[in-house]
Amino acid sequence: MNLFGLFRVALRALAINKLRSALTMLGIVIGVGAVIVMIAVGAGAQKRVEEQIRALGSNLLLVMSGARTQGGVRLALGSGQTLSEDDAIAINREIPEALAAPALRGGAQVVWGNANWSTQIYGTTPEYLEAREWPIAAGRGFEPSEVSGAGKVCLIGATVARQLFGSTDPIDQVIRIKRVPFTVIGVLETKGQSLMGTDQDDVIIVPIATARGRVLGSATQAKQRAVSTIWVKAAEGYDTKLVEEQVRALLRQRHRLQPGTDDDFSLRNLQEVMSAQEASSRVLALLLAAVASVSLLVGGIGIMNIMLVSVTERTREIGLRMAVGARTRDILGQFLVEAVTLSLIGGLIGVALGIGTSLAIGSWLGWRVALSPDAIGLAVAFAFVIGVFFGFYPARKAARLNPVEALRFE
Amino acid sequence: MLIEVRDLVKVYAMGETEVRALAGVSADIAQGEFIAVMGPSGSGKSTFMNLLGCLDRPTSGEYRLAGERVSELGPDRLAQVRNRQIGFVFQHFNLLARTPAVENVELPLVYAGLPKKERLEKAMRMLDRVGLGDRAHHHPAQLSGGQQQRVAIARALVTEPLLILADEPTGALDSHTSLEIMSLFRELNRQGMTVILVTHESDVARFAARVIRFLDGRILRDEAQLAA
Repeated sequence: MNLFGLFRVALRALAINKLRSALTMLGIVIGVGAVIVMIAVGAGAQKRVEEQIRALGSNLLLVMSGARTQGGVRLALGSGQTLSEDDAIAINREIPEALAAPALRGGAQVVWGNANWSTQIYGTTPEYLEAREWPIAAGRGFEPSEVSGAGKVCLIGATVARQLFGSTDPIDQVIRIKRVPFTVIGVLETKGQSLMGTDQDDVIIVPIATARGRVLGSATQAKQRAVSTIWVKAAEGYDTKLVEEQVRALLRQRHRLQPGTDDDFSLRNLQEVMSAQEASSRVLALLLAAVASVSLLVGGIGIMNIMLVSVTERTREIGLRMAVGARTRDILGQFLVEAVTLSLIGGLIGVALGIGTSLAIGSWLGWRVALSPDAIGLAVAFAFVIGVFFGFYPARKAARLNPVEALRFE
Repeated sequence: MLIEVRDLVKVYAMGETEVRALAGVSADIAQGEFIAVMGPSGSGKSTFMNLLGCLDRPTSGEYRLAGERVSELGPDRLAQVRNRQIGFVFQHFNLLARTPAVENVELPLVYAGLPKKERLEKAMRMLDRVGLGDRAHHHPAQLSGGQQQRVAIARALVTEPLLILADEPTGALDSHTSLEIMSLFRELNRQGMTVILVTHESDVARFAARVIRFLDGRILRDEAQLAA
């Protein structure tokens, strides 16, 4: 009998006990559905992390000033003034694999014509954009003379450009940051959300000297060259861990910290923060994988169970088929195809369920999901393998029946 | 000779003890005979029929079907012999449930590997021959006992076998229907088909021209009679 004929016979046999067949498929349906959701969620998380890495810039370290103690009260990280521009210059000079950019940060109200907007002001050096791999979409970057001479020029993020200027071209327009006029020389490319979910494009970048002198003011920065953060990028191909240790050693030396004392700064490897995030989404995927494999296993056992019942119920039919000329392999094939039909139909329903659930998770929970045809193919192939694996024993049992006894079976 | 059987022995192991179901049976059956096999239960007549039908293999002895030593064949070759040369009719019809009559009839042709069109043609022709051409698409549950047995006979005939083996073909039918079925067998025999049937009832055995009686695994009597 050809495969199509076997398939038709299998469908007819399964249609006799529709409820039983449906219940038998359930394990496979849930298992395959879970596999698809698992891979969609896992791949979605992976994609999101990859995007964030791309948005943040790869191989980044973030050095923040240590906690300041004021009358016994410890203030937040970055509130102290333990880091200075000279630390950044020293890193650039001493560690060739590292590119450091000092940064001062503060909020300010900006005004252009009738429009105004409250945003973040970043005082930094041109190295910052290089470290963050942040290209300029329109206009130009800072000239060296503007950096050293505290020029009143600024680069604006995409969000600021939209909020202040709408459809007007911002280049060469003059905006006021805390009443100080600044010329917009460039607009940055869109970066999207940060790891913490803040809008990275809601920012204005000015030369660090300008920020200190004109905008963020010496009131908050008592020490002349103090900065709140230093961004460090390890050159491509270097281990960020190694660069991290070098930066730590250099800063401890410059700050004259005795061995055994705490750092007066905090050094974070952003790569590791993101790996940790990726790991947590991987845990979720693993959990689903466990559910899926248990469900597929139980589903497979269910198929085996029902096929064994079916072989017993249809012993006389098997005897008759043998009497009219079915060979061992015909009977084996018939019951194997029946088991595979069960598992494949279950698998296809599972695929539909998995796609539906993935899309639902995507739209209701707002999770990033990525359906892949590979994963769907894999799940269906898996259902097929389960059908063959768990269907084989009952099918062999049927094929090995003695025709005389099978015909006489009551 | 269509069938030559020499010293056929069949021994079953029933736990510790051995049961000698056939204790040396020899017989010759010619093409076109109509034979009734009779005997009390446990006499070995069913074992004899199973061996003739190639459903089982003898412990010792020889069985030639149309000159071929089928007692030496392996399971797959035996399946082929059953498929091409033997037609079976059972007491309880053994039709596939929820399957139209025509598909029941074509089942042996499926295993013979015939294409669908040819199978359907032959199956329809056989149903016509047993008088059920108009019921081809009825399921067994929609047919009477006699009609079901006619479908089973059509199924036995569809491969144009050398002989038909019928195991108590009227055992599940009322006397009127039994008569109809037996008349059908007689008609087939008159057209040249070799028919061997097992029966308890002497009314049924009357149709045969030769009666073989079994007792304790041996042939008790093998005699010709004037068929009804």
